[in-house]
Amino acid sequence: MIDYTVDGDGVATIAIDMADRPMNVLDDDSAAAIGETVRLAIADDAVKGVIVTSRKNDFMAGADLTVLLGERDPRTHMRRCRELQRIWRDIETGGKPFVAAVNGTALGGGFELCLACHRRVAADEPRSLIGLPEVSIGLLPGSGGTQRLPRMLGIARALPPLLEGTRYGPAEALAAGLVDAVVPPGSLLDAARTWLREDGNPVKPWDERGFAIPGPRVQSPEGYMLLVPAIARLRERTRGNYPAPPAIMSCVYEGCQVAIDTGLKIEARRFARLAAGDVAQNMIRSLFFGVGAANRLKRRPGKATRRTFARIGILGAGMMGSGIACAAADAGLDVVLLDTAPDLAHAGRAYGESVFDKRVARGRMTETERDRALRRISPTTDFAALAGCELVVEAVFEDRAVKADVIARAEAAIGEDAFFASNTSTLPITELAEASVRPRRFVGMHFFSPAERMKLVEVIRAERTSDDTIAAAMDLSRQLGKTPILVNDSRGFFTSRVIGAYLDEGRALLAEGVNPALIENAARLAGFPVGPLALSDEVSLELEQRIIDQTRAALGGDFVERSGDAVVETFVRRLGRPGRKAGKGFYDYPDGGDKRLWPGLGGIYARAADQPEVETVRKRLLYVQGLEAARCLEEGVVSGPEDADVASILGWGFPSHLGGVLSMVHTVGIGTFVSDCEALAAAHGPRFEPPGYLRALIAEGRRLYAA
Amino acid sequence: MTDAYIYDAVRTPRGEGKPTGALNEVSPVRLAATALAAVRDRNGLDTSLVDDVVLGCSEPAGEQGAVIARSAVLMADYDQCVSGVQVNRFCASGLEAVNMAAAQVMSGQADLAIGGGVESMSRVAMGSSGGAWFADPEVAFRTCYVQQGISADLIATRFGFSRDDVDAYAVESQRRAAEAWDDGRFEGSVAPVTDENDAIILDRDEHVRPDTDMRTLAALNPAFEKMGRDMGFDSVILQRYPEVERIEHVHHAGNSSGIVDGAAAVLVGSREIGESLGLKPRARVRNFGSIGSEPSIMLTGPAPVTRKVLARGGMETGDIDLYELNEAFAAVVLLYMRDLGVPHDRINVNGGAIAMGHPLGATGAMILGTLLDELERRDLETGLCALCIGAGMGVATVIERV
Repeated sequence: MIDYTVDGDGVATIAIDMADRPMNVLDDDSAAAIGETVRLAIADDAVKGVIVTSRKNDFMAGADLTVLLGERDPRTHMRRCRELQRIWRDIETGGKPFVAAVNGTALGGGFELCLACHRRVAADEPRSLIGLPEVSIGLLPGSGGTQRLPRMLGIARALPPLLEGTRYGPAEALAAGLVDAVVPPGSLLDAARTWLREDGNPVKPWDERGFAIPGPRVQSPEGYMLLVPAIARLRERTRGNYPAPPAIMSCVYEGCQVAIDTGLKIEARRFARLAAGDVAQNMIRSLFFGVGAANRLKRRPGKATRRTFARIGILGAGMMGSGIACAAADAGLDVVLLDTAPDLAHAGRAYGESVFDKRVARGRMTETERDRALRRISPTTDFAALAGCELVVEAVFEDRAVKADVIARAEAAIGEDAFFASNTSTLPITELAEASVRPRRFVGMHFFSPAERMKLVEVIRAERTSDDTIAAAMDLSRQLGKTPILVNDSRGFFTSRVIGAYLDEGRALLAEGVNPALIENAARLAGFPVGPLALSDEVSLELEQRIIDQTRAALGGDFVERSGDAVVETFVRRLGRPGRKAGKGFYDYPDGGDKRLWPGLGGIYARAADQPEVETVRKRLLYVQGLEAARCLEEGVVSGPEDADVASILGWGFPSHLGGVLSMVHTVGIGTFVSDCEALAAAHGPRFEPPGYLRALIAEGRRLYAA
Repeated sequence: MTDAYIYDAVRTPRGEGKPTGALNEVSPVRLAATALAAVRDRNGLDTSLVDDVVLGCSEPAGEQGAVIARSAVLMADYDQCVSGVQVNRFCASGLEAVNMAAAQVMSGQADLAIGGGVESMSRVAMGSSGGAWFADPEVAFRTCYVQQGISADLIATRFGFSRDDVDAYAVESQRRAAEAWDDGRFEGSVAPVTDENDAIILDRDEHVRPDTDMRTLAALNPAFEKMGRDMGFDSVILQRYPEVERIEHVHHAGNSSGIVDGAAAVLVGSREIGESLGLKPRARVRNFGSIGSEPSIMLTGPAPVTRKVLARGGMETGDIDLYELNEAFAAVVLLYMRDLGVPHDRINVNGGAIAMGHPLGATGAMILGTLLDELERRDLETGLCALCIGAGMGVATVIERV
């Protein structure tokens, strides 16, 4: 666990090296071992100074989150937190200089250990990440991070790393003040020794008399100028749904007005409260474990080794095709980008150029990297150019005939063992596969727009799709830096079905005469990036109308009209307000101004005299999605609640404080959810009727998640 | 219960609350002492009979800290036996101070007391005394704290007052204030601020802009638009008012209360002490009260506190001859008039804080005096004075002439 040595110069080295773990983490055992070694070093008269480092490639990740997940007793968190704080404080006040030799990634509790040391020297390893990302999973840095950082940097500089959870590279960490020096990896330990020999001050500024926090004090006009807008912006951003950021601000605000030992108590109590709460539990479950498992391709069938693609083809250089091309070129793949006319195909590459140019301007890409990536995209109109592509994704117009045509022409050009993926968002893959001569190698890969940025890919298994093809689509997704979710073929797959329920509910509310501002604001209050009416406009009501028409045609007598379908028809066919692209939909889009709800809405749907509470609207918008997701789980469209949760957060920005669409149901409690839905069904119609699957879970005393 | 009577009410003129303002050279304790000295001198008061001096102050920090009321008592050469206490009800501090002074009399615990207030906004800036309300993340988060101007703009948006509506109100406030000054209606109650050599520093409200019209106001940019957008305040308050799509920012320096310096004092006592001193009671403090309401919209307290106070007194709005409602922002008064059905010609008839300014801790006592003067001038009976207050509070007082 700990490699502890003392050399002839009195320099002790505490090198952390957890057995059976790829990375050092903080758990009860490692904390105890570190604490014991620290005590030893401080007590040993032969030791003049201490280097804390790691024997692994990385310094230390944060706390072991498996320990946190499911622990709902704040007292347990409090105890752990206080124990870590005590050990770190021992380091700080033991009278001997400690230097952290940060040889690799140091995050969360691992970096808080570094903060407790009297100096931090980081190796200039480009892959290293340094920071306090706790906030991104609903927590706060609970072993002194909220207290030491503002005491080191002042409030203004300490808040961004704490509130944003930024992970810095070594150079950025130096610029942000998180580390004191960055040195070549080979001279890390030398640099640590040199500091011990030449400086080695074992007293922190805040343990000296007369210490004042750098920059403005909390209780000063400058302090208020800093805090008051920061609080408002935080509330603007979190809408009160995320308790961690305000708790961090409180730790800084209160902690900076008291001695550090008092500040640590304040921090620990708030940490315990957060860690035991729903939001952190939801975020840890879905964002850490859920996304992590998806990225490790938990659902990938077969044991075959992962494929690495070198060359893929993309049919259709529209918004979606261009975005996928961009992501692929960025990931180092050669891309054949095909469209019907040369200027269309070249426009697809130009889109990639504009994306990369922005990155260059922001310093996130070099010009050489941009040029190399762009050269990988070959625009063409010639299907023969697809020869040698290991996989082809079609992203052409959503029309069966058009798709059938390109499928046939592409399959004629590519090798026997190449795969074909359709990026359709609406047409069942099994039906499209009928146009394929190799349906076993035919799969759905549903990207999200803008595809170069959105992380989710729905990998859709059609009736005859082989396991190997599923595995290939998942491998490609990972290669593009995406998170794939395995979905069984169904009209709308998973995401479009559930988003569809959201949009439909927004339109149903509108048709009932609910104040449109209330609908939109209720959605945003719930944590959605945009309200259902704005999203309808973005998606385009015209597209919605086409999908409704197609579905009606395909299902015939089985077609069930949804509550808001008539609203779509009214806007597309009667009012000629088809959405954002046309500059008019539920909103007006004035040139150069912010969009505004169309003032004519009230004339079409008279405002009801009795307006619902915002909480009711919020519940309807959320629960209608929870129900559709539960039906998808019931029908086997998704394999487990974690798939639904990950897809909902990454796919359409379902609020992560709720942990995703089914974690929400889990958090509310299935019993409460079902009885609430029954009440909603009685009031608003059968779309709120809870599926038998949920009733069965209740009857069997089961839950969606163990923790 | 003993009745409490108002024997006198006096105020300093209001100087512009900035470094170039006339009263910037005068310390707040001197401003307060000016008002106290005027009360003594106008009434030939034996100050040893004053049981207590209650002064409102909204930023009791720095030179307004450490119970400025006691320092002002001593600086005004009152008898050292007179105690002082400083109270803070934000913008209604001055009225609250009078209410507390009256309460001491009404409860039989004092015979004679002074309520008043002081604020040197040019020397002790807003926010100087800090506060959990806006700076403590826990409180600010929970209460959806926003800057007051954002609340005023929400009131305008939510209740449908346009930019023209609020500007027109402001123009009328200026017109009324100028007319009242020109007509000499304030002169009897304004004590000039003088220097060590008895030279006059200021004897007239400095903030009034009689030439204000719709055109001059139209040139002013909304004061809170950028703040609302860039600092997140618009979004914060809409989280409380999700039925509103966006805030229309209509308030600016010309239709909001002016930042000024000033002080005021109101002499309150029992009938018996007045008789023994030969003082003539001018009005009876009929009743008063305070309320809290939703804190982020903040400024909608006046109507509910008015209803509460009227109900407690067994009265209705029709029983009130004249109203003074502090003109914190034009929309606050427009909403109050609409809510209670108060006609414009019975409220703020001599203008208000939009024209003359709002020295936070003193205003309540000042407008109570203005109300009393005007009741006498018009020979009316009953008046009601109210203020909107930070964090959603409201205070109102009903007086009737005797």
